[in-house]
Amino acid sequence: MIPELGSGTTVVALVLALGGAAAAAAGGRAGRSALVEVAQRAALGVFVLVSFAFALLTYAFLAFDFSVRYVANNTNLGTPFYYRITGVWGALEGSIILWSWMLALYTLVIVLRHRRNAREFYPWVLAVMLGVLAFFLVVMTFAAPPFERQTPPPADGRGLNPLLEDTGMITHPVALYLGFTGLTVPFAFALAALVAARVGDTWITLTRRWTIVAWYFLSLGLLIGGWWSYHVLGWGGYWAWDPVENAAFMPWLAATAFLHSVMIQERRRMLKLWNISLIIMAFTLTLFGTFLTRSGVIASVHAFTQGTIGILFLSFLALVLLVALGLVALRWDALRAQGELDSVVSRESVFLLNNVMLVAAAFTVFFGTVFPLLSEAVRGVKVSVGAPFFNQVNIPLFLSLIFLMGVGPLIAWRRASVESLRRNFLWPIACGVLAAAVGFVMGVRPALAVLTVATTAFVAATIVVDFTRATRARRRTGEALLPAMGGLLLRHNRRYGGFVVHLGILVIAVGVTGSQAWSVQTETTLRRGEHAELAGYRVRFDGLSASEESNHAKVTGTFTVSNGRVLGVLRPAKKFYPQQQSPIAAVDYRLGLTEDVYLVLGDFARDGTEATIKLQVNRLVSWIWLGGVVITLGTLLAILPERKRPA
Amino acid sequence: MCLRLGAALGGAALAQQPATPVNEQQVHEVAAQLRCVVCQNLSVADSPSEMAQQMRAIVRERLAAGERPEQVVQYFVDRYGEWILLSPRGRGFNLLVWLFPAVAVAVGLAIVAVVLRRWTRRRRAAPPAAAVDAGMSERIRRELDGGA
Amino acid sequence: MTRLWRWLIPLSAIPLLALLAYGFRTNPRDIPSPLVGRPAPAFALTTFAGAPLALETHRGRVVVVNFWASWCYPACYEEAPVLERGWRAYRDRGVVVIGVDIQDRREAAEKFIRDFGLTFPNAQDPTGKVSVDYGVYGVPETFFIDRRGRIRAKHVGAVTDEVFRANVERLLAEPEGPPGPA
Repeated sequence: MIPELGSGTTVVALVLALGGAAAAAAGGRAGRSALVEVAQRAALGVFVLVSFAFALLTYAFLAFDFSVRYVANNTNLGTPFYYRITGVWGALEGSIILWSWMLALYTLVIVLRHRRNAREFYPWVLAVMLGVLAFFLVVMTFAAPPFERQTPPPADGRGLNPLLEDTGMITHPVALYLGFTGLTVPFAFALAALVAARVGDTWITLTRRWTIVAWYFLSLGLLIGGWWSYHVLGWGGYWAWDPVENAAFMPWLAATAFLHSVMIQERRRMLKLWNISLIIMAFTLTLFGTFLTRSGVIASVHAFTQGTIGILFLSFLALVLLVALGLVALRWDALRAQGELDSVVSRESVFLLNNVMLVAAAFTVFFGTVFPLLSEAVRGVKVSVGAPFFNQVNIPLFLSLIFLMGVGPLIAWRRASVESLRRNFLWPIACGVLAAAVGFVMGVRPALAVLTVATTAFVAATIVVDFTRATRARRRTGEALLPAMGGLLLRHNRRYGGFVVHLGILVIAVGVTGSQAWSVQTETTLRRGEHAELAGYRVRFDGLSASEESNHAKVTGTFTVSNGRVLGVLRPAKKFYPQQQSPIAAVDYRLGLTEDVYLVLGDFARDGTEATIKLQVNRLVSWIWLGGVVITLGTLLAILPERKRPA
Repeated sequence: MCLRLGAALGGAALAQQPATPVNEQQVHEVAAQLRCVVCQNLSVADSPSEMAQQMRAIVRERLAAGERPEQVVQYFVDRYGEWILLSPRGRGFNLLVWLFPAVAVAVGLAIVAVVLRRWTRRRRAAPPAAAVDAGMSERIRRELDGGA
Repeated sequence: MTRLWRWLIPLSAIPLLALLAYGFRTNPRDIPSPLVGRPAPAFALTTFAGAPLALETHRGRVVVVNFWASWCYPACYEEAPVLERGWRAYRDRGVVVIGVDIQDRREAAEKFIRDFGLTFPNAQDPTGKVSVDYGVYGVPETFFIDRRGRIRAKHVGAVTDEVFRANVERLLAEPEGPPGPA
């Protein structure tokens, strides 16, 4: 019953979405608000239907309804309750329904928020949102139906991919998809602006919060993905420049560039063409990402599947690219800006440089990701483009970006006088140089690490300088310190929210540098009672134990960690799932602010007398996750409603 | 970093340890250049898989036997092709991917330079809008900074 | 910009889309082997029955070396009967089939051999050296070695009767000739 009900709901939702998109477009073109109302109701209907389908699928998972093929393939009687919920989006079909549901949710919010305050754009925004939603519903109906019936229904299912049995499953895809689908909204507004030939900054102002929210969820998704990789996959790293990781990173880069350059259009009404191009780039990179993940064209750890679905995604990508770029060509004249600037030394220039670095990074990552394909097409030779390449070429770009992060907020719009430059940057530059010297003296040797330390100190100092000066100015009116600081943050929440986010990026940068430059590892085989030593830590092998879990067998090693005094016991394990060909490593670690002790269990003797371990001491990795928390705080501050009363 | 070596092993599928200690850092450096063939996109140094463990053991053995790191890497390239290198060799067609970032930045900077020139030239051509009295703005600035 | 030049913008997307479409025709997991045409690396293993198994002893015969594992489902399970059939059909014509079990547990491998009734020599490669020597990156992989000891073909994935027969017949038809370079 569930398969038929679910399939029927999906088809009806698809029809509604297509009809709604057409009605919205027709209504926008002819200026008939009645048609737009129809589209609006269709959007509401689609949301209800997709929500229902989603709930139905979740119910099927919880109730072990193996008559639904997707349920049978992704869960079994031993799957714990929690993972039966998150398993709903654990494979291809479920990911599409999650994506569709989020698109429908965003469309609903657009209906509620913008049906009155964005009159000229609204019909076209609705048309684009419903059009994209219709595409995903097409995929759900024809290429990846989640409600296929399995006949006869098996007695037990295949089970969830063991790597997905982790808390990361509830947050990583959700956050990431909220980011991806969130980018559809500014994109829809951009297309609406092009169609309605209203390419000024109205569409930018309307979408400001949307962009920040989408950007934030993308950032969150990427960070959680890194955390998941670090604590589940057992290789001690958080980012592998895997093609699908890149596919999520590229939209993030484009979205960050977009986030910054729209500020120029808001203040100075320049860069219209560039901003529209940036959001088109961000959205099409999102589609490219979904194409990569699902088409099997480039091998990746994330790749869901191959087949006709890839063709569908490529066709849609082509359609979107050609339509969007065609509209840009159509409105070319209106987009040509009359930009003006007093001096090259100004915030506009810094923002332009910021964009150059971000977009160059996006292009670099893109070219590196598709290069294996290009090499095969042209030369017939397969090459790999992996982490060493991406790390090497991106580091200069990111370092420049961090530097610009310090310069941008403190340099004046239009023209910065020498006086203001000296006032704003003398102290920070001194701090940077001092930090580099201190670092060098303390033994920091790789030149890149010294440079990063200097730049990070410089940027942190600019933030402190700005905040102190502004607080002091407020206090001159007689305010006490804390209310002055608080009032400042709330009154100028956009600016200081941005500062806090920049601080978060700095923290992450420190974490990345530390973990790359100063982490150490070793691999060794120990007999029971023997110990391995690394970086002042001593790890003693105490023994092995076997256990039976609900859906797998587990062999756990017990290791005592000490560094003079006993710190604790680590229990890395190997999990043997019946349907998996090789065991899954379950790492154990001691997290610390400056150091993590990270232990992976490798081979072991049957009788438990010997075990091979990979031991790592990773430095400053926790700073990466802390940076994520700081970014969250900054984003919350930045999207607060503007205070209207005077300071 | 002190390395404690395990003794020679019996039992099923445990990695062989060489008789002479090898610099683990060197093993890691060589292994980091090679692609783990069974996982996607991880290096042999990073991968927790059994195949990677065996490959690391082979690297360790060859280094202990006196081979130079480049020779060990070439050994794998001879058997798997260029694909086994995680970073494409900067020769011939592969130069494209290596030069691309620098070219992208150069092109970007050039475009920015052109745009900035056009913007500032246009500004100089048009008369400046209601110029704020320089003295007034300096006073405001000083007041904001504190100090009379 | 004249009216027509602007339409280059959407058109510029086409080469990229073409490249991505090309990607459908390739299989990113299918890596061509640089060993084809080169002398087959020597190996000296011990079969599950305890007998020595070395490649050189079979110089002069067509050798089919198959890398497998008991956990490799379904491909190894599909090709095991194919290999056994091929072995029985061609063993008197100067063809030998050798199975190399990699990354596996001994009991599971022995069970696999028993279940499929494999009678050709099978050995374990405990350190993985032989599989790396042959550039093996997954299972199953099968190498067809001619009478002079050179690898002439590599087949990735389950071997079928046609593939087996075609390669073996081709190599059997060649004259023996002088031994290949060591």
